[in-house]
Amino acid sequence: MYRETQIINSGHTILSAGGDLGGAADGGELVINVGPQHPATHGVLHLVITLQGETIQKIEPHLGYIHRSIEKMCESLSYRQFIYVTSRMDYLSAHINNHACALCVEKGLQLEIPPRARVIRVLMDELTRIASHELWWGAMAMDLGAFTPFFYAFRERETINDIMEETCGARLTMNYMVPGGVMYDIHPNFQKRVKDFIQLFNNKIDEYDDLVTGNIIFQNRTKGVGVLTKEDAISFGCTGPVGRGSGVPCDIRKLYPYEVYDKVSFDEIIETGGDSYARYLVRIKEMRQSIRIVEQLIDNIPDGEFQAKTKAVLKLPKGEFYSRVETARGELGVYIVSEGGTTPYRIKFRSPGFSNLSALDHISRGSKIGDLMAIMGTLDLVIPDIDR
Amino acid sequence: MTKEELKEHITNFQPNAVFDETGEWLNVQVEATEWKPFAQWLRNDLLNMDYLFCLTCIDWAQTAAGKTQAPSNSPPAGGGGVLTMVYHFSSTVFRHTIVVKVKLDRNNPEIETVSDLWRTAEFHEREVFDLFGVRFLHHPDLRRLVLADDFEGHPLRKDFDDPVNMIKL
Amino acid sequence: MFSLEHITNSIQQWLYSTFNPTMALILECTIVMLLAIGLFAVLGLVLVLMERKVAARMQIRLGPNRVGPRGMLQTAADTLKLMMKEGLTPNGADKFLFNLAPFIVMIAAMLILAPIAFAKGFQIWDINIGVLYVSAVSSVSVIGILMAGWASNNKYSLLGAMRSGAQIVSYELSAGLSIISIVVLAGSLQISDIIASQQTGWWLFRGHIPAVIAFVIFIIAVTAETNRAPFDLAEAESELTAGFHTEYSGMKFALFFLAEYINIFIVCAIGATLFLGGWMPLHIGHWEGFNHIMDYIPSSVWFLGKTFFLIFLIMWFRWTFPRLRVDQLLSLEWKYLLPISMFNLLLITLIAIMGWHF
Repeated sequence: MYRETQIINSGHTILSAGGDLGGAADGGELVINVGPQHPATHGVLHLVITLQGETIQKIEPHLGYIHRSIEKMCESLSYRQFIYVTSRMDYLSAHINNHACALCVEKGLQLEIPPRARVIRVLMDELTRIASHELWWGAMAMDLGAFTPFFYAFRERETINDIMEETCGARLTMNYMVPGGVMYDIHPNFQKRVKDFIQLFNNKIDEYDDLVTGNIIFQNRTKGVGVLTKEDAISFGCTGPVGRGSGVPCDIRKLYPYEVYDKVSFDEIIETGGDSYARYLVRIKEMRQSIRIVEQLIDNIPDGEFQAKTKAVLKLPKGEFYSRVETARGELGVYIVSEGGTTPYRIKFRSPGFSNLSALDHISRGSKIGDLMAIMGTLDLVIPDIDR
Repeated sequence: MTKEELKEHITNFQPNAVFDETGEWLNVQVEATEWKPFAQWLRNDLLNMDYLFCLTCIDWAQTAAGKTQAPSNSPPAGGGGVLTMVYHFSSTVFRHTIVVKVKLDRNNPEIETVSDLWRTAEFHEREVFDLFGVRFLHHPDLRRLVLADDFEGHPLRKDFDDPVNMIKL
Repeated sequence: MFSLEHITNSIQQWLYSTFNPTMALILECTIVMLLAIGLFAVLGLVLVLMERKVAARMQIRLGPNRVGPRGMLQTAADTLKLMMKEGLTPNGADKFLFNLAPFIVMIAAMLILAPIAFAKGFQIWDINIGVLYVSAVSSVSVIGILMAGWASNNKYSLLGAMRSGAQIVSYELSAGLSIISIVVLAGSLQISDIIASQQTGWWLFRGHIPAVIAFVIFIIAVTAETNRAPFDLAEAESELTAGFHTEYSGMKFALFFLAEYINIFIVCAIGATLFLGGWMPLHIGHWEGFNHIMDYIPSSVWFLGKTFFLIFLIMWFRWTFPRLRVDQLLSLEWKYLLPISMFNLLLITLIAIMGWHF
């Protein structure tokens, strides 16, 4: 009911997906609704697209189908509790979301984290990143009409999920990071299984290139599609692989290293193409860098505590705290305004997907509908991350 | 640039600016009327703040400080208080970061848009408009973003109460 | 040796000796009709199962394996389910055209069946313009698709139908030119003549490289004509949800689905007939012994084997390649395939005139 009025107010009178042809209005323009239930939006994103033939004139995203007002919820949750809600934002990098929140609380408490916890956190982050990029790879290939890669991607992703399950007790929303460290110590099998995974993954990653990257149809579908210039990328606040695909050095792990990222060697992948293919390459190469980080750390987990001693009830001093981490999709900022109580006074999540989505209209104008799938695929939108 | 240098430059351009250095980054507080030229200066001049990475708003209604700190140019009305717009800027060239805060009257929150300077602001401002009710003047497309157009109230304000969908624990 | 020819001949003799000629003809037509419908049903079941098994194999999973032995009855169960479903007609749709469209597509597919030789002497209608007839009738299905897309009153359907129209009309050209190159070599439009001309070897091998080029272009073109990935833009589920059959449900959807698979079968049968000798066994030059052994394999097995090999090829494409974009699809046809096949046709004509083929 609400939703329909919104669409009418925005100048369109099409209610059902696809809509009836009576709505096809002036100037040969055709307005179609992609979503909220559509195979390519990977979630409840609703795009109102104005078409001229097959060419996109305008895209208007309608958000809110999965808005849970996490920011408001967090205002009544304690500093220990609110972290768990954030796993549900960008559920594909749940670990990294938790990490950002934990970092922010620790910043407020001025808590020193045991070295063991730091390394475990980074290991988990990087494994999450690989899992997230793998899902993206499969889903993007599926958007472009190739089904098979999806299953190949899931084969490796399952291994990571199994590792996560063993140590964190969950496969998707791990809730493993707590202020002061991690919730439990790693499982005794963890190191062995991760090493097995490294071996498996190093064998399989080349398969990805064989299957998709080198494919001439795939290259034709992505090269020169959805070009985002460097200036626009900065102006739109695009971060993560989207920003780096446009040549913006924006890897938080390099710029503002947290935990042990300044001690491991890895490359920040920057492509200057700005098109979908560049964004694709960034993610594919990032997987290799992530595995490189994991390789360096897996044998060097220091002994000691996995959690710092904290009080039962956390109270942040009055003030404002901001922490930023690099999720699989870009820069996640957590902004906590504290009034000195046990709950945040105001909390804001600067989510990468939200900013990346705002560039969608700009970069897809003038492309075909088929290009939109390539663009959306390489923007790698996770809708709960956008809606929060 | 260090905090001191930033402070010096900003004071040169904006003598009225109020600084707060307690946090991680330099906090600058400007008046709503001075905001737009200040933003333009930040974006284009020597500070080159081309990257707006966070734009949000804080409702101070429940705090004692918020009730007394009404903007000087308008007398506090009944149930007054302030909203603070918070902009986090960074420069991709110099890598310095500042936080700009603008206080708004809670009963009539209006501020100039910066979506023409930083395009990411267009969506962020729509979100703030939706959830806090801040009106951004000259915004190209100021509509509710996540909520339905006929929704009443602004959920992230402290006095928002929804008896049906309870948020409080 | 098992031969379908004897069976058909004896049935015909029996019919004509028992009834008067008109009655016998009517009975014959009825039998053919029933056989054709039976073939459709069986083909639909087999091909859908095959597709799912092939897909599963390529995607490192098992595929259907619960209904019946090794999942053999899965498609039968699916058909049953589809029959129980309500066939919805949207409110705003043009009801007559909407309901007519699946039948048009289906009838077009059925009509092409007529000149195909399934085995030696086992052919519904050995028409003397067989190949021409196939090219002509296969274009009719686009009318059904356009009708479905337009009548659905859905934008996705309309876009899908328009894409399909552009695609089928374009790719018809290079498919036609590839067919003609074999006609040139064989010197006849009649299917039985074309098969007979491959007694000493299949055209794919005898026509030098131009025949191989024609074969490759033919396979690409018919993949596009049957709206199969990587040319499935008419459906393009990630773009247009389901393209022209978005609004169809139940049995009406099943008819589209079935027609797609029947079309694949038919184009592969044509391909097998033209390039791989139809039911003609593999004969190599003067190796009498080898040729003799090959002759012992029934001709129907040869035909079905070749056809299913081509079908497998097309399924392989589908589960490997991403989809093309609509403008790339058209430029592939008009800028590359069409000029190449035109030039290729000239070459083949030269070969045929000079008698350079084996």
